[in-house]
Amino acid sequence: MPITSLANPAAFAFQLNGESVCVDQANAPQTTLLDFLRARGLTGAKEGCAEGECGACTVVMVKPKDARAIYLPVNSCLIFLPMVANQEIYTVEALAASGELNPVQQSMVEFGGSQCGYCTPGFVMSLFAEHYRPNREGACNPHAMAGNLCRCTGYRPIRDAALSLGAAPDDAFNRRLATPAPPVTEIFFGDAKKRFSRPATLHACLSILASDPAARLISGGTDLGVESNLLGRSFPHLVSLEAVDELRVFHQTPDQIEIGAALTLSEIGAAWHTAPPAFAEWLDLFASPLIRNRATLGGNLATASPIGDAAPLLLALDAAVRIAGRSGTRIVRLDEFYFDYRKTALAPTEILLSVIVPKPLPAEVRFYKAAKRRFDDISTVAAGFSLTRDATSRVLTARLAFGGVAAVPTRCTEAEAAIVGRIWNLRAVADAQAAIAATLRPIGDHRGSAEYRLALAQSLFAKFYFECRQVAA
Amino acid sequence: MNYAAKPLPHESARGHVTGAALYTGDLASRFPHLLHAVPVLAPHAHAKVIALDIAAALAEPGVATVLTASDVPGEGDTGVNRHDEILFPDTVLFHRQPIAWVLGETLESARAGAAKVNAQYLPLKAIVHIEDAIAAKSFLCGPLTLQRGDARNAIAGSPHRLQGEVSIGGQEHFYLETQSAIAWLDESDGIALHSSTQHPSETQDIVARVLGVPKHRVTVECLRMGGAFGGKEVQSNTFAAIAALGAWKTRRPVLVSLPRALDMVLTGKRHPFLARFEAGFDKTGHLFGLDVTLFGDGGWSLDLSEPILGRALFHVDNAYLLPAVTATGYICRTHKTSQTAFRGFGGPQGMLVIEEVLDRIARTLSLPPEVVRQRNFYREGDTTHYGMTVKDAGRIERIWNELHATSHFAARRAQIDAYNAAHPHRKRGLAITPVKFGVSFTATWYNQAGALVLIYRDGSVQVNHGGTEMGQGLHTKIRQIAADGLGVELESVRIMPTRTDKVPNTSATAASAGTDLNGAAVLDACRQLKASLAPIAAEMLGCAVDAVAFAGGLISGAGNALPFAKVVEAAYRKRTPLFAQGYYRTPEIFWDAATGRGTPFYYFAYGAAVTEVAIDGFTGQYSILRADILQDVGDSSSPLIDRGQVEGGFIQGLGWLTLEELIWNDDGRLMTAGASTYKLPSWSEVPEIFNVAFLTRAAQPGVVCGSKAVGEPPLMLALSAREAIRDAIAAFGNGGLVLLDSPATPERVFWAIQRARAAASDPVSSTVGAAQS
Repeated sequence: MPITSLANPAAFAFQLNGESVCVDQANAPQTTLLDFLRARGLTGAKEGCAEGECGACTVVMVKPKDARAIYLPVNSCLIFLPMVANQEIYTVEALAASGELNPVQQSMVEFGGSQCGYCTPGFVMSLFAEHYRPNREGACNPHAMAGNLCRCTGYRPIRDAALSLGAAPDDAFNRRLATPAPPVTEIFFGDAKKRFSRPATLHACLSILASDPAARLISGGTDLGVESNLLGRSFPHLVSLEAVDELRVFHQTPDQIEIGAALTLSEIGAAWHTAPPAFAEWLDLFASPLIRNRATLGGNLATASPIGDAAPLLLALDAAVRIAGRSGTRIVRLDEFYFDYRKTALAPTEILLSVIVPKPLPAEVRFYKAAKRRFDDISTVAAGFSLTRDATSRVLTARLAFGGVAAVPTRCTEAEAAIVGRIWNLRAVADAQAAIAATLRPIGDHRGSAEYRLALAQSLFAKFYFECRQVAA
Repeated sequence: MNYAAKPLPHESARGHVTGAALYTGDLASRFPHLLHAVPVLAPHAHAKVIALDIAAALAEPGVATVLTASDVPGEGDTGVNRHDEILFPDTVLFHRQPIAWVLGETLESARAGAAKVNAQYLPLKAIVHIEDAIAAKSFLCGPLTLQRGDARNAIAGSPHRLQGEVSIGGQEHFYLETQSAIAWLDESDGIALHSSTQHPSETQDIVARVLGVPKHRVTVECLRMGGAFGGKEVQSNTFAAIAALGAWKTRRPVLVSLPRALDMVLTGKRHPFLARFEAGFDKTGHLFGLDVTLFGDGGWSLDLSEPILGRALFHVDNAYLLPAVTATGYICRTHKTSQTAFRGFGGPQGMLVIEEVLDRIARTLSLPPEVVRQRNFYREGDTTHYGMTVKDAGRIERIWNELHATSHFAARRAQIDAYNAAHPHRKRGLAITPVKFGVSFTATWYNQAGALVLIYRDGSVQVNHGGTEMGQGLHTKIRQIAADGLGVELESVRIMPTRTDKVPNTSATAASAGTDLNGAAVLDACRQLKASLAPIAAEMLGCAVDAVAFAGGLISGAGNALPFAKVVEAAYRKRTPLFAQGYYRTPEIFWDAATGRGTPFYYFAYGAAVTEVAIDGFTGQYSILRADILQDVGDSSSPLIDRGQVEGGFIQGLGWLTLEELIWNDDGRLMTAGASTYKLPSWSEVPEIFNVAFLTRAAQPGVVCGSKAVGEPPLMLALSAREAIRDAIAAFGNGGLVLLDSPATPERVFWAIQRARAAASDPVSSTVGAAQS
């Protein structure tokens, strides 16, 4: 039973490898789960990068899925310890506790899936979660391990290990999934100098924001965890949104889709069955499975990175955001949400509640991401394009939205204006490209030169044109 | 032989998959009162340290002490050859160079202390880029020259000539386990270390130097490494020295474990190179003369740069006969990290240059590059440009022809041409390249190894040898060799962590030679032990000594068999030594640096790869569709391990040549210093079809198990991917010359496509190709 309550902010408990573990004030609220595990002698999980890129620290959480539970692999380096309060965690040490290797481990051994072995526990845990995924058919999907980096093997043997695995055994790990996952409950932890709060209601969150100017909102922690680990940032008061149901909605009506800001990208992917193909392509290119299991849509928008991948697609879909404050809620169009570099319409006392995508969705919509690496890289340029045309191929509406070309994610309305009302052909495309060239002023950095970024913004639109034409043909 | 040639899993695989396999940093919680070391980092690439005030740091809660130059009892320098790496510098020579180290009760307190150290600097002009170093004649070494004939004359007399240059990027090792060491004072007035190092003996040497003590007081142990790739051949020494110095001063255990962000800015990388070349050839693509100058970017200290440059010069021929050649090299001194060993050790850069030259020749002559390559192959009887006979040169063409057939090269070439004709915005490319890689340390004295094999009375065996395990499977192979060597079950053999108090004066585990050297030494020890046991067994079995056979845990003769343990116990009671030291030195090799002639390599490892890529013309992004590899590993001693080395080496080489990009700004700051900015190959880079085969009928005489080194050679198979990308770029234009620096990032590919299109003035691309280069 959870031992945490409002009355006892000095301690909480969580389930670790089947046993209850008590965490007291000896652990600061910003201690990572990884450091905590390793200090307890569970050194299977490793720190490879401390920023959620390598997956060497992967552990699994037990999370709800429909009526049952799933194992959700996550980066333990990006999880602050209080975030697992009353939750259930398994590390690699649990898998062969009986002395017998789990089939996942056995396959990695047989196929030569480890060389130096340092990344291996992370791969094993990602593959473990995939192996026990309810209703999985056929072999395990190797790309379930796309958040894990290996420097030795070249991945082929790990791929073959995954492909060799059939149905999961009917063992204790499988049976665990038949009973519900622990709920994410309200907790308060820490002292006046360093606090972690996880209220259960929106109202309570808003009250904290109103009363404590130092409070900082956190959901999955995939951004703040990096700030903490790499930049040494200290957060006096972290306020988690994970227990707030109002932020976890997914509603479809004939007029719109409303997506809760605290839903993770993985959850959205599972919930939005009817999404256009562009959405699935976007999701695949969005960070890695380990990050998508924790990162939320609201977090990606609110952090206001110029290279965040959510905004370009949502701008192309004419999305808006619902914002909650003490006096009620308001709706802001996404193209009016970003003010300047890392500045948004959100007041310090407000919370991003949900994202609203109007329906019907445009007939043609695509997402493109140019980066050095296809999987799990940060965009050099990301683009969301959408288009509606009449029967004569005249452009009725157009959206050209970009990340990586300005201080904020942005629409290029000049390019949109250049093609609306025009016949959808190469001449129109060329005019849109000219408008892009005349309007956008990207900067150059280690991800790409300014010239390349500007060229990509134009060239990706040509790609959109040819791909639309191909689909039509 | 029972276990050799069997595809056994890695010796530690069970430990890897359960998390039970331990690495240096995992041991921290086993040391009570451990202190954590954090460096104070200079914010300049080149500067005088004019003041260093540690008072505020010492006052910080939890700070035990601050290490500075005055704490060094011995020599405050960790440079391996030239003693040019000052531990606590008064002149900063690269951005983020540590000038002091803070020891704290926790990592947090050490970090807080480091932030409180007050240092003042006088910034000086920094030389960051190779071109600036060349202009300033800022060299760490050079010129080194290898030559044959009169290259200038040969080029002048050739019907065709070309000249050019190519810039070759470096590479971050990105071993998943960063640099780490734990040092403590042992119970007997010695200092002991766990160190993640490829070269425990040298780490011992450097620690003794810094502490001013004889080496017998220093014991270094390497459990295993979470990857190394050359990055822990010498670079680990400094961090071990800091841990040791901290333990010496505080009498407490000290841990140095670099976070990734620090490891990337503090440690050396594969050398970036700039190559300038001029070649003379005929209309069939035969190379007559080559004049090439290599400039390696060595960074702030010499490190291993000189032998790395040497290996680059040794390998500018790759698999090709250079009738007249002058190959000259320099190592530039720049204000950057000290570039160091990395899988291939200069060989990859040298080989990239000749592949570049041959591709340019082919495209200049409108000949298929694979035809030009084949025409220039070494044939049996040829010698290299340093006078070494190319042993088994015929294997180059044999591998080439077999791979051509098994990869269906000709048919796919035709399919790709058809595909490209039909797809204006997406092109495929196909290329085949060979590899010839010399195996042995070019420093001849390194080619020796020792082993200590211990048999206990129950018949169980401990094997100690000088090699270190970094994931390459050395311990797996040694275990196979020892089990076969003694005729015992694999389970009877335990490979011990590498320790300097078991085998002294060992060489680095490097140059792909770990198994060749240490395996032979272990085998030598096993032979001695069998020779001791055989007469005793003969007496027990009632047979002649030379009729005694050791196999499968049994010792047999005259139709009878005894358990190994039983004979061992009898030997013990007869007062027979049950341990032996083995030793091996590589025969036949020699090198005369003065004349640039000799036989520096015991043999060559050969291979070839065919790679197919597809490029998106809108972005320059590409994917690797298929790779086919045929590698000469001799008789594979451990096929699962060897295949892993081939595949892993290929993908690592692919990373070097495609997406791994080190970018230093003009101030000498590394801009790609983390996993989010420096991209390793991931799942998206694995070829959809990935075929690996070993050359058959390839036993290597004179080498343990008849096998060949496999650690480094496959890395250079990835040159086929670079050439395939170039082939696809050419298809966007009219097939002409493709200038492409390395790595071939999507941006470089994008601009190369624009140039190819502009040269061909393709009407389609001019309509939509908005980019202006």
